Amino acid sequence: MTKARDDFTLLWLQAGSCGGCTMATLERGAAGWFEELRGFGIRLLWHPSVSEETGEEARAILARVERGETRLGALCIEGSILHGPEGTGLFNKLSGTGRSMLDWARALAPRAQYCVAVGSCASFGGVPAGAPDPTDASGLQYSGVDMGGALGPDYRSVKGLPVVNVSGCAPHPGWIMETLLALSLGRFTRADMDDYGRPRIFADHLAHHGCSRNEFYEFKASAEEFSERGCLMEHLGCKATQAVGDCNQRAWNGGGSCTQAGSTCIACTSPGFEATRGVHRTPKIGGIPVGLPLDMPKAWFVALAALSKSATPKRVRENARSDRIARGPTPGAEKKPGGEKKT
Amino acid sequence: MSRIVIGPFNRVEGDLEVTLDVENGIVREARVSASLYRGFEQLLLGRPAGDALAIAPRICGICSVSQSLAAAAVLRAAQPIAPAPNGLIATNIAHAAENIADHLTHFYVFFMPDFARAAYAGRPWHEATEARFKAVSGAALREALPARARLLETMGLIAGKWPHSLAFRPGGVTRALALGDEMRLLALIADFRAFLERALFSAPLDAVIGLASARELDRFVEGAGAAGDFATFIRIARDLGLEEMGPGPGLLLTAGAYLGPEGHRFPAGLLDCATALLREPPLSRVEEDVSHAYMRDTAADPARAETLPDMRREGAYSFAKAPRLEGRAVEVGALARQAVAGHPLIRDLLARRGASNVFARIVARVLEIALLTRAMEDWTRALAPREPYCVADAPLADGPFVGFVEAARGTLGHWATFRDGQIERYQIIAPTTWNFSPRDAAGNPGPLEQALAGLAVGEEGATNVAVQHIVRSFDPCMVCTAH
Repeated sequence: MTKARDDFTLLWLQAGSCGGCTMATLERGAAGWFEELRGFGIRLLWHPSVSEETGEEARAILARVERGETRLGALCIEGSILHGPEGTGLFNKLSGTGRSMLDWARALAPRAQYCVAVGSCASFGGVPAGAPDPTDASGLQYSGVDMGGALGPDYRSVKGLPVVNVSGCAPHPGWIMETLLALSLGRFTRADMDDYGRPRIFADHLAHHGCSRNEFYEFKASAEEFSERGCLMEHLGCKATQAVGDCNQRAWNGGGSCTQAGSTCIACTSPGFEATRGVHRTPKIGGIPVGLPLDMPKAWFVALAALSKSATPKRVRENARSDRIARGPTPGAEKKPGGEKKT
Repeated sequence: MSRIVIGPFNRVEGDLEVTLDVENGIVREARVSASLYRGFEQLLLGRPAGDALAIAPRICGICSVSQSLAAAAVLRAAQPIAPAPNGLIATNIAHAAENIADHLTHFYVFFMPDFARAAYAGRPWHEATEARFKAVSGAALREALPARARLLETMGLIAGKWPHSLAFRPGGVTRALALGDEMRLLALIADFRAFLERALFSAPLDAVIGLASARELDRFVEGAGAAGDFATFIRIARDLGLEEMGPGPGLLLTAGAYLGPEGHRFPAGLLDCATALLREPPLSRVEEDVSHAYMRDTAADPARAETLPDMRREGAYSFAKAPRLEGRAVEVGALARQAVAGHPLIRDLLARRGASNVFARIVARVLEIALLTRAMEDWTRALAPREPYCVADAPLADGPFVGFVEAARGTLGHWATFRDGQIERYQIIAPTTWNFSPRDAAGNPGPLEQALAGLAVGEEGATNVAVQHIVRSFDPCMVCTAH
């Protein structure tokens, strides 16, 4: 059965956001997002981009939730919570209410069965929290890697979960909706979240897994300029081996991914990703990249890299520096005369 | 005189509050406020210049490609490279897809649902409109959203993902398309065209593109295109007099859209609606005024300005600055692009009223959906096999530079000063900063503020749906506005 046990309500708000998480969500569903929600018995109480109610009508909906008159299944917030200036939150008022989003988040989150941070901003602070952090931005329950944020480290939703951090900038529509659907069905537990509160739906994988450039990675055959097909880690700043996400295992927009398009992983699912300076170049010490694969000993990496570079097939080496496949995998092309016996 | 505050103003992108001073049922003055400030112009300072390609697009999740391209344009202005022609073409395909998606989302998700509201119960068209366009539940959304998602597969192919793609560079795009990719592009554009010709227009694209006057539009609506959603809008618009609603400031600006190897697809220009005088836009004479913004005093020239908030500023009511061209408020958007490009239907609509209006803005946007879908097909066929898609960066020159593009909502400019490869200054003027600017030091209102003044709201006051139509006719993007 795919219906929630009873009418599962959803309230979606935008704090210090760019609206991108909503735009990603609207890509969801073979018959559109609204059909999918209906199919699962999820009732959208209000969403600033799509609902009919505006102004006074919208304020009335929020007031009923705040007073506890309307049961709230999931509170989804996209965007950073802005604490500035000087702790007032006035850099982001919910227009028409005279109150800050900081205030609204704190008022509504305790009413929610589940609280979902949609995107890296609401999860960890995101780009607005980058230095010099002019608006004193945080996530709902994290500031970068630190627990805290707008709701504090001890916040638990009515159902006893901390904030569910569907990070990503923007997150894949699948991450958002699979999490929401699992919540609505009561099938999502603390065990389904990683140490940063991210759904293991995507956080059990590295963005590197399934990358179409993996053969280049294996042989350390690297791209040196953008639009080349080689591995992007050694020179162009790719962090796919250090960032969680199943980006290369599921289709983005019908079949893409950042690394598939040659545009490098910037670790947008990670707390503090915005702190990187020089996102398009790999920082190195003594020719060795500083950021190595998440759980690989450095000595092993260096040794394996040297070995695999010495064994790089010509096809792979050539393709790594080309913007399209220069040489296909022709059978026998790499064989040296007399290297193998014919049968 | 009564003062009415409308907010949260939804089905726009981002945070908007509108304050109306109403006297005897007429709006005397309107004040438009952007109620969000995230500080992107501060976030960019001191970073390596190339980081603008990762940070700036995150201003906006609805037009992130436009922000990427403005950043790429200002970076390109500072280095001696010519972009790869294929890169420009692929960029245009992706940019067009984003802009079409914006126009489509605006029409189906933001704008049309207002005609399904209970306020219009009793109008002969209301029942059918409610079934098709009601917010969240309307039947049209079951077609339009999947069509939008399919169109955005363009981004998967060219840019890896959307929103917030990283594939756009000063010298082109980071992925070269192979023959199979081109075929996939053509296939998904064909799918999208089929949706348009079935649902939105109920007619071939060329029939829409070829409309040359308001009279021809009327014939189209009663004839070939009668069954389409566009025709539904036109009939409602005639009934409600949307052509008389929401006049703009009379000047329409575009910096030129879709830069290809042979120049802009839609040219740059500044059109005076009253005189039909068209000239080159004096883009070096853009200034920003902070007299009514929560901002500290700064240089008026965006190349020398800073953005530092000041919540205590006397008389301030918005985080948006007030951009002015030669001291005047101007309107930007699809209407400006097509008016400057000389599309006969759009010129005729403007000539009838001598000013922009709610009706003309929507028609221009929907027309642009047709024009750009056709352009995407042309561009895909113009890609040159075996030619490069990207030219490598060269060292940046020091100094102030500017880059312009056209976002769906209009002219977007990034002004940057680079020093030793780092960002020393960065200022952004987005389309909705133009359209939804607050007053300037001379007291001149911004375009939306002008468009709302004089509106008869009667007894209903703020709940009068016409307010919603006028505001949404600009398709505001508030997250871009103050950024």
